[in-house]
Amino acid sequence: MPNIVVLVKQVPDTNAKIAVSGNRVDLSAVKMVMSPYDEFAVETALQHREASGGEVTALTVGGAGCDKILKDAKAIGVDRIVRVDAEGEMDSNALQTVLAKAVTELGAEVVYCGKAAADTGAGSTGPGLAERMGWASVSNAIGASFDGGLSVIAPSGAGNAKLNVPLPAVVSCDKGDFKVRKPNVKGIMQAKKASVDVHSIDAPASSVTVTSHSLPPAKPAGKTFDGGAAAAEVAQLLRDEANVL
Amino acid sequence: MTQTIVIAEMNNNAVHPSTAELVTAAMAIGDAPTVIVPCTDASVANGAANMGAGTVIAAKSGAFTHYDAGGWAEALDAVAPPGTVITGASPQSKDLAARIAARRNLAVIQDAVAIDGNSITSPVYSGKAMQTVSISGPAVVSVRSNVFAASSGGATEASVIDTDGNVATSVAEFMARASERLDVGEANIVISGGRGMGSPDNFVHLESIADTLGAAVGASRAAVDTWEAIPHAMQVGQTGKTVNPSLYIAVGISGAIQHLAGMRSSKYIVAINKDADAPIFQHADYGIVATWEEALPVLHTALKSMLD
Ligand SMILES: Cc1cc2nc3c(=O)[nH]c(=O)nc-3n(C[C@H](O)[C@H](O)[C@H](O)COP(=O)(O)OP(=O)(O)OC[C@H]3O[C@@H](n4cnc5c(N)ncnc54)[C@H](O)[C@@H]3O)c2cc1C
Ligand SMILES: Nc1ncnc2c1ncn2[C@@H]1O[C@H](COP(=O)(O)O)[C@@H](O)[C@H]1O
Repeated sequence: MPNIVVLVKQVPDTNAKIAVSGNRVDLSAVKMVMSPYDEFAVETALQHREASGGEVTALTVGGAGCDKILKDAKAIGVDRIVRVDAEGEMDSNALQTVLAKAVTELGAEVVYCGKAAADTGAGSTGPGLAERMGWASVSNAIGASFDGGLSVIAPSGAGNAKLNVPLPAVVSCDKGDFKVRKPNVKGIMQAKKASVDVHSIDAPASSVTVTSHSLPPAKPAGKTFDGGAAAAEVAQLLRDEANVL
Repeated sequence: MTQTIVIAEMNNNAVHPSTAELVTAAMAIGDAPTVIVPCTDASVANGAANMGAGTVIAAKSGAFTHYDAGGWAEALDAVAPPGTVITGASPQSKDLAARIAARRNLAVIQDAVAIDGNSITSPVYSGKAMQTVSISGPAVVSVRSNVFAASSGGATEASVIDTDGNVATSVAEFMARASERLDVGEANIVISGGRGMGSPDNFVHLESIADTLGAAVGASRAAVDTWEAIPHAMQVGQTGKTVNPSLYIAVGISGAIQHLAGMRSSKYIVAINKDADAPIFQHADYGIVATWEEALPVLHTALKSMLD
């Protein structure tokens, strides 16, 4: 019965407007949520547990403010919630080193995570963690099945492929062709009572430092036309002005 | 100067032309790079000739038969000299970049759109902000396509190095994609439909324009969620694909922030929407306030007469 870990990260709500003040993003007024792809990772982890038994632990690295998304994961059905206490910026190297130690402490055999966090958009954590553990990894999985060993569906060349994945492994999850379950009343009650298991793990120094944030360069105002007949003029502009045809 | 290494961007076992852009990116960090071509047949490495490389190496291995992140990282790490490693920013290349970085205990920076020495800029928060970081020492950097100019000249021949890596995963089955159409992630022009298309049957109007343009057809999440006939593979946005084409045409799409997350970096954006206040118009280079029923036939006729 596998020990399953799912990585969850707290990020700004994707509806939120991101402000920059003093060369840094200002998230003080922003609602924080579980990163959207992590919801698919949680769902896949729970499906794995349902197929083969075992326990699911949701793990995050962050400050006490991140306990909320762990409670959200608990309400959806994970067994344990663990936070590695950390504040401030970490580069991928530091974060993955910490995660590798935590995953080792938890005795995990399989780790699910999101394909990319909504803030970094990077998609580095899953494959990087796997490399540090010496494990197999598959990224951008859109489905998984568990009988007769783990197999996942992921993009390959021009289409998709069903891949056999030997454990231990890390699988990063894209939006799958399944619905993610929502918390029920019982889950929410349990989550209220659940306590977060807080670990502390030393992180190595980062070799990447953020020097500034800025808003994306504003686009010059576009041209707007009224009525469908203008489509002919737009086609002409696409060729003569934009040079894209 | 910093030694740089470019992992060639591959497509169907051939060196993709965007590899020449990666060479330019590498030279913004350090010396003319060593370009490494992962291949099973060393002759494909000739595709990296005249791309501005200092040296081209054909890294030849059976490990490169199908993509396995761990096996590829191991086989490439064995061939690559120390230094800063540059890759493309396709999903597969970002995955590989992360594994190579971890293997070398380096940090990885994904989706670079500007590089100036050890200062690297990339979009964060789904493109709602840009982040500039400074790196001390070597790192692994993935670089977006269509941002840097292509380099030329340089090495004309590849030397061959045999290498190997432990491939852990195996392919149980290749699954054909749902349609024969071009993938939105690969196309240089994308035309997408939203809930405003009214019914999935109306996507044929987008498909016929796509055929004229050699474009891919995409969709908003509302379209994908509402209509079974529109597969998730077509979805553009936060929980769909991120596209970076030279032209993006949004039809009957309101322009929700999560949709913008997937397409706002397109070079030119055309919007067709009957509601003049739809947020998509704030991001469009050319906006047409009209129903698609009115606008698409006119657009198609004009494009056909221009391109046929
Ligand atoms: C966590 C999260 C992730 C999300 N991820 C994505 C994502 O990846 N991609 C995505 O697209 N969305 C995503 N969404 C959903 C997003 O918020 C919007 O709901 C969605 O983009 C709306 O799609 P739409 O523009 O097609 O539909 P609507 O908002 O319903 O807009 C339809 C538009 O069509 C216009 N219209 C109607 N009839 C016509 C006509 N005859 N001719 C011309 N125009 C017409 C209307 O004026 C309207 O502007 C996400 C949401 C969340 C919360
Ligand atoms: N601080 C963190 N704590 C826990 N999981 C994380 C953290 N950062 C990233 N992850 C996981 O890794 C995925 C990819 O993140 P990234 O590599 O930043 O795109 C996220 O969706 C999470 O599942």
